[in-house]
Amino acid sequence: MSGSGKEALTLPQPAQMRTAAPDAGFGRRLRLSVAAGGRHLEPWLLPLLLLVLWQAGASLGWISSRVLPAPRDIGASFVELVKSGQLLKNLQISCGRAFSGFFIGAVIGLVLGFWTGTSRRMERLLDTSVQMVRNIPHLALTPLVILWFGIGEDSKVFLIALGVMFPIYLNTFHGIRSVDRQLIEMGRVYGLSGWGLFRDVILPGTLPSILVGIRFSLGVMWLTLIVAETIAASSGLGYMAMNAREFFQTDIVVIAILLYALLGKLADMAARGLERRWLKWHPEFAKTGA
Amino acid sequence: MNRNSALERPLPDTAGENGRGVGVSVQALSRSFGALQVLRRLDLTIEAGQFVCIVGRSGCGKSTLLRHLAGLETPDAGLALVNGEERNRVHGNTRVMFQEARLLPWKTVLGNVGVGLKGDWRARALAALSQVGLADRAGDWPFTLSGGQRQRVALARALVHSPRLLLFDEPLGALDALTRIEMQELIERLWLEQGFTALLVTHDVAEAVALADRVILIENGAVALDLPITLPRPRERGVADFARMEGLVLKRVLTHHDGNRQ
Ligand SMILES: Nc1ncnc2c1ncn2[C@@H]1O[C@H](COP(=O)(O)OP(=O)(O)OP(=O)(O)O)[C@@H](O)[C@H]1O
Ligand SMILES: [Mg+2]
Repeated sequence: MSGSGKEALTLPQPAQMRTAAPDAGFGRRLRLSVAAGGRHLEPWLLPLLLLVLWQAGASLGWISSRVLPAPRDIGASFVELVKSGQLLKNLQISCGRAFSGFFIGAVIGLVLGFWTGTSRRMERLLDTSVQMVRNIPHLALTPLVILWFGIGEDSKVFLIALGVMFPIYLNTFHGIRSVDRQLIEMGRVYGLSGWGLFRDVILPGTLPSILVGIRFSLGVMWLTLIVAETIAASSGLGYMAMNAREFFQTDIVVIAILLYALLGKLADMAARGLERRWLKWHPEFAKTGA
Repeated sequence: MNRNSALERPLPDTAGENGRGVGVSVQALSRSFGALQVLRRLDLTIEAGQFVCIVGRSGCGKSTLLRHLAGLETPDAGLALVNGEERNRVHGNTRVMFQEARLLPWKTVLGNVGVGLKGDWRARALAALSQVGLADRAGDWPFTLSGGQRQRVALARALVHSPRLLLFDEPLGALDALTRIEMQELIERLWLEQGFTALLVTHDVAEAVALADRVILIENGAVALDLPITLPRPRERGVADFARMEGLVLKRVLTHHDGNRQ
């Protein structure tokens, strides 16, 4: 795609080349690659500008370091945190919570979704109850969960699993229900039934919807983790931030926030990667997959 | 009651016997959807290996009849016999080609032809793809194919099972005129080679006259016309006999369409 863009740029060139010096070709290529690189870098221009302004503001004393420390100072304390091993330890703990909660919630959501999606009886039995429970914001349960599990790992994993379960359940259930009936009928006419029909027709037909559920619930996962760690924890990124707040270490608070953002971005990229891998057959994803 | 004396004894369904057509017998078949009676005591007998085309106005019950023979519907009354056996569920000797190709978008062309096959299916699927001239597209995704190519893949998918009864529910309805004629020739050639019994629903009277041994008109839920087409194959459109037959069927389809006038 960017190739055709370059082509369009080179079009008016040949006429000039005939009159220009022999190395005009090289110059043109250089100019073009700078232009192409520039277009690539453009989205980063504004953040970079803000960073420079921020640093300048801090250096000139416009921004108090209690409000927002200078980027350079934040970088320095980041290095400190990494060196002391504190950061890695807390990062590991946070990720461990996030992913074990996600895994448990996703498995429960998938199993329930497939079950209610493929059996009318299970739907009658379960769906109304799940829809009712779904309407309670899971974070509202935090005090109750702390009463049940204390502020140990269990409470955080439980809350995350609870939050992750519903988007995955809903998307799996609706995904199954929206699989093309004609394809299912075709599968039956061509000798598929039971597990074969599920594997060849129903599961792949539900996959796009499940992936939507996964992407959505990854967002829920980070949000729940942040809230749970900020309210009640004795380790993890959120604890590190709250602890730093008590000692007015604004730089560490900012680092924790930036790390949360980075983790969220990485998880989203992983989910997109899965989409490209599993939905290669989908016209929408085929271009990037090729 | 599973045997129909008018038909030959049912053949054992072994690999060696596949590809040989089976007889079909529909006896006093009735089917309603709510208050709407679609099929009214419909009778129809098809000899093994015959090519029968069904025409009739939209909504007259052509697809419903086909779905009963595919085992996708249960009759209110009457019988649908295939190879002398009552058809009450889908059966391995019968395959359907639908109006839409109904390819699985998440399987490659080859994978689609292999749907429902067991064991070492790749070679067989590839052979079927060659028969419809699409072996070179085996690894492509269905969304990269044209409408006509998709129907050819659907045809390969049906043929790979060596069906003894092949039901076509307007599979060429959405194709342009040229592609349609090509597909008709392909279907006729494969039918001549493999000898399955073919039942094709169509809106196109010329298509019916080009392909059929018999043209059946369904009206008011029953067979209203049963016309043998004796033109020699391969049939040439445009010759006088062809045009005469086409005119005959068309005229009949267009007249008694209102049940109350009969
Ligand atoms: N599952 C169903 N539920 C209710 N009504 C149905 C159902 N299937 C078919 N019908 C009705 O039965 C009648 C016959 O339908 P059918 O699909 O057999 O018509 P057709 O002859 O194939 O028409 P067309 O040429 O338009 O495809 C129609 O009026 C249709 O609305
Ligand atoms: Mg129809």
